[in-house]
Amino acid sequence: MDRRELIARLNEILKEALINISEMPNNDILIEINKDEITSVMKTLKEGPSLKFDSLLNHLGADCKEGFAVIYNLYSFTLNQKITVKAYLGREAPEIASIESVFRGINWFERETFDMLGIRFTGHSNLKRLLLPPDWEGHPLRKDYVYPDEYHGIDNKRRSNFR
Amino acid sequence: MLERFNMVNRLDPDPAFILTRLDTALNLARANSVWYLLMGLACCAIELMQTGGPRGDLDRFGSLFRATPRQSDLMIVAGTVTHKMAPRLRRLYDQMAEPKYVIAMGSCANCGGLFNLSYSVVKGVDKILPVDVYLPGCPPRPEALTEALIKLQEKIKKEKYLLKKD
Repeated sequence: MDRRELIARLNEILKEALINISEMPNNDILIEINKDEITSVMKTLKEGPSLKFDSLLNHLGADCKEGFAVIYNLYSFTLNQKITVKAYLGREAPEIASIESVFRGINWFERETFDMLGIRFTGHSNLKRLLLPPDWEGHPLRKDYVYPDEYHGIDNKRRSNFR
Repeated sequence: MLERFNMVNRLDPDPAFILTRLDTALNLARANSVWYLLMGLACCAIELMQTGGPRGDLDRFGSLFRATPRQSDLMIVAGTVTHKMAPRLRRLYDQMAEPKYVIAMGSCANCGGLFNLSYSVVKGVDKILPVDVYLPGCPPRPEALTEALIKLQEKIKKEKYLLKKD
């Protein structure tokens, strides 16, 4: 199945969940989906006949100022094709369903995204901070993050010599 | 060697015994048995391992690595100290028996180094521990770490332990 056929097929399978489908500059396929459909879309992509996107390469979150985005990169050994799934979330209390039931390996990825961006993954089995200390305030990769001046009495002021 | 540490027996040039101050003898013994705690936090730890290995050979100065703070005299902080690691570092330091020393190895341990502008990195290990020797470099070569140990030995040899504190 080449890329055009795959795009047509994805259009046909993911009808109502799909917002947009396009090709990225690196020739991967980007599908933007409705965030409420994430679990069913991932299940379809993983288990759908002749799709078999059963390898989760990467997961990340992004702060796009007006809102957040979560991004999943999948790979199909059967088709030798990569696909990028993207869902957009609101600015206030961003929340999306965890896809742990589909890909168990997403566990720590989602914890990291929660840690860095504060996106809550509903249904996640252990949604705690992964990298930062548990009592850390704020989520550092947000655009509006304010650097702490001190942490547990340790001075943390920034003195830039690089400007 | 004996002259350098004032350990010459002036009464008998062919010494069956030597005379010295207790301080000097103790310091000489302590300076040549500085056991260091394995505190590798980042890439500096690779150089630390090299220094402890057969080529760097810290063993010839009487130093060898210990995996527990209770048997260590020296903590070589080799790498970036994050805010998450800081309390653990402090606890390990507190568990070491007196007298104890700290070498801040590399730019990260000195001042935060490359990660100076980061939100999560402690800007210098001296914010949480007293540091005896600052060793610059990113990372410092094994020769540099050996030099830092020799500097520390010089410091230990000058200490006066048996003086009453005012």
